[in-house]
Amino acid sequence: MSNRLSGNEAVAYAMKQMNPDVMGAFPITPSTEIPEYFAQYVADGEVNTEYVTVESEHSSMSVCIAAQAAGARTVSATSSCGLALMYELLYVAASCRLPITLACVNRALSGPININNDHSDSMGARDTGWVQIYAENNQEAYDNFLMAMPIGETPSVRLPVMTCMDGFITSHAVENIELLETDAVRKFIGEYNPENYLLKKENPLAVGPYDVSAYYMEHKVQEAEAMKAAKARILEVAAEFEKISGRSYGLFEEYRMEDAELALVLIGSSAGTAKAAVDKLREDGVKAGLVKIRVFRPFPGKELAQALANTRAVAVMDKSEGFSANGGPLFAETRSALYDLKERPYLIDIVYGLGGRDVKTEDIEKVFGRLADIAVTGEIGPVYTHMGQRSKEDIA
Amino acid sequence: MSKIYNLKREVEKPVRLTGGHRLCAGCGAGVVVSGVLRALDKEDRAVVVNATSCLEVSTFMYPYTAYMDSYIHSAFENSAATCSGVEAAYNALKRRGKVDGAVKFITFAGDGGTYDIGFQSLSGAMERGHDMVYVCYDNEAYMNTGIQRSSSTPRFAGTTTTPIGSVGQGKKQNKKDLTEILVAHNIPYVAQTAPIGNFKDLHTKAYNAIYTEGPCFLNVLSPCPRGWDYPMAKLAEITKLAVDTCVWPLFEVEEGVWHLSYTPKKKLPVEDFLRPQGRFRHMFQKGNEWMIKEAQQYVDQKWERLLEHTSA
Repeated sequence: MSNRLSGNEAVAYAMKQMNPDVMGAFPITPSTEIPEYFAQYVADGEVNTEYVTVESEHSSMSVCIAAQAAGARTVSATSSCGLALMYELLYVAASCRLPITLACVNRALSGPININNDHSDSMGARDTGWVQIYAENNQEAYDNFLMAMPIGETPSVRLPVMTCMDGFITSHAVENIELLETDAVRKFIGEYNPENYLLKKENPLAVGPYDVSAYYMEHKVQEAEAMKAAKARILEVAAEFEKISGRSYGLFEEYRMEDAELALVLIGSSAGTAKAAVDKLREDGVKAGLVKIRVFRPFPGKELAQALANTRAVAVMDKSEGFSANGGPLFAETRSALYDLKERPYLIDIVYGLGGRDVKTEDIEKVFGRLADIAVTGEIGPVYTHMGQRSKEDIA
Repeated sequence: MSKIYNLKREVEKPVRLTGGHRLCAGCGAGVVVSGVLRALDKEDRAVVVNATSCLEVSTFMYPYTAYMDSYIHSAFENSAATCSGVEAAYNALKRRGKVDGAVKFITFAGDGGTYDIGFQSLSGAMERGHDMVYVCYDNEAYMNTGIQRSSSTPRFAGTTTTPIGSVGQGKKQNKKDLTEILVAHNIPYVAQTAPIGNFKDLHTKAYNAIYTEGPCFLNVLSPCPRGWDYPMAKLAEITKLAVDTCVWPLFEVEEGVWHLSYTPKKKLPVEDFLRPQGRFRHMFQKGNEWMIKEAQQYVDQKWERLLEHTSA
């Protein structure tokens, strides 16, 4: 069935179709609409979820951890500082191996306070042990959320999953999307039947021990192995999802990459803009292409290296500033992935769009222009720059 | 529970906190937790929730748990939210026919995890009205990290962050009155208790809290031999002195109505409670008489105020 929904409503609608046991709810722009829509489903009796309106995101994630450990399927949604407030507990959720599903509506982190989109919130949480899947548009936001539970709940994975979409650009823009029938969704996600849980009568369970150095490392390695196992599971679930939806997903999307010499690597809604730029350049005979990262954790390093192996120059576009003084987080991962190639493309990093700074097709074309120069001259120039950065004089 | 409390019968129930945990000898926490869990009816299941604390690191060190019931610890400041999450899961799964039978939800946290860092989480959970019991075992400082002051630490107490020096005289501020703050949440049951005598007061209040529907709060004095600096054999004596000096009065507030649980036959001077504890040693030095005087005045004032509440 086709419908016109905002990204937030699409995710809330996915939640309704899944009818989770427990939702932890706390408002923060721009994810607030998700708990709002869901509250209406509760009020209208369309779901029978235990809807817990907590006093902070910290408590929201605490409720999710406890409820999931108790044997319930739990969901939540947040953005920006809300995700940052959950930070401590994101690690707890992952290390307790609790497959919670969280919709992260990406927004810049304070300070200064800013409500618009960039990826600094979820990039700050990239090493917490959560699977991270990013959407380009509303359809993907809906689809990714539906795929999260079958990925996270698999016994070999048992990790929480964060599905990310761009704040306002995706969360608030209304698009035509295809929705699955609720019966099909329920069948796809199945029943949640964990092996052990707090409320299991036959076998009491203790969760969250004090773990000494004689055990801690083994537990962390198990978690790391689970994240490795998630990669294959993400592809399996995508294949199952394609059967019921007709929509195909991978670890990333390659757009006009077959013979591309110049390529971009980026995440999220900017892919739409970049595709338009690639199409235009292709008309002009430029062999331009795009890799849109969908799965950032686990990072598809080997696969990405293969996808970029035959390019001559690549620009990684980071929508968050990592303050590493060595480029953004996507750049660090990409450059590391390329290291094992015998012949590597030239590589630059462009940090862009911080705090909702717009990026246009012309901006993307300029990046390709720079890549073309690099490919010809072999002169990279500054490796790590900021798109559209104004000088003091410009601002004055 | 039978109407007449009988310690012998109660201690014959199967234990829910087993021996072999790593709490110090002379620590109140183990006595408090055993005492509270003993109030559960034998056939009822419970999920125990714990804030990061001495109790947590001593009773659930991987791969051993001291609890016979299910147990969850997640972090320091979120035990009330954690308990509300377990209770929410229970409601959801019960509604969907996935769990049956009564399950009780009991949280234990120290004063740091309750008065300070866990205060917001506690207040939120109480306001939302989850069917749960929150037990603060109050040992009046951050003992797990090495005796730092909390907002529960009484005035003049020496701690590692309120040391005694040529200028410093221990903690400058009075103890936060958390029990009264919980009363202001208008929850069905709030009580202040301590493990004294035959544990009847602790037992009865724990039973009331567990078997009263809705959010209930117990504040239980729980002396710490390391932080309070007393010989470990003196646990029971010190606890009793706290009650008999009215430093820690026993009372309960049921549906907003205050009841005094215990009136000392003879109200002892506060210095009887202070003297055996190293944390108050400086108060007995020459020239510091004013400290004892002011400590007494504060206790008297609080006691009078409590009597006004309970006789109203």
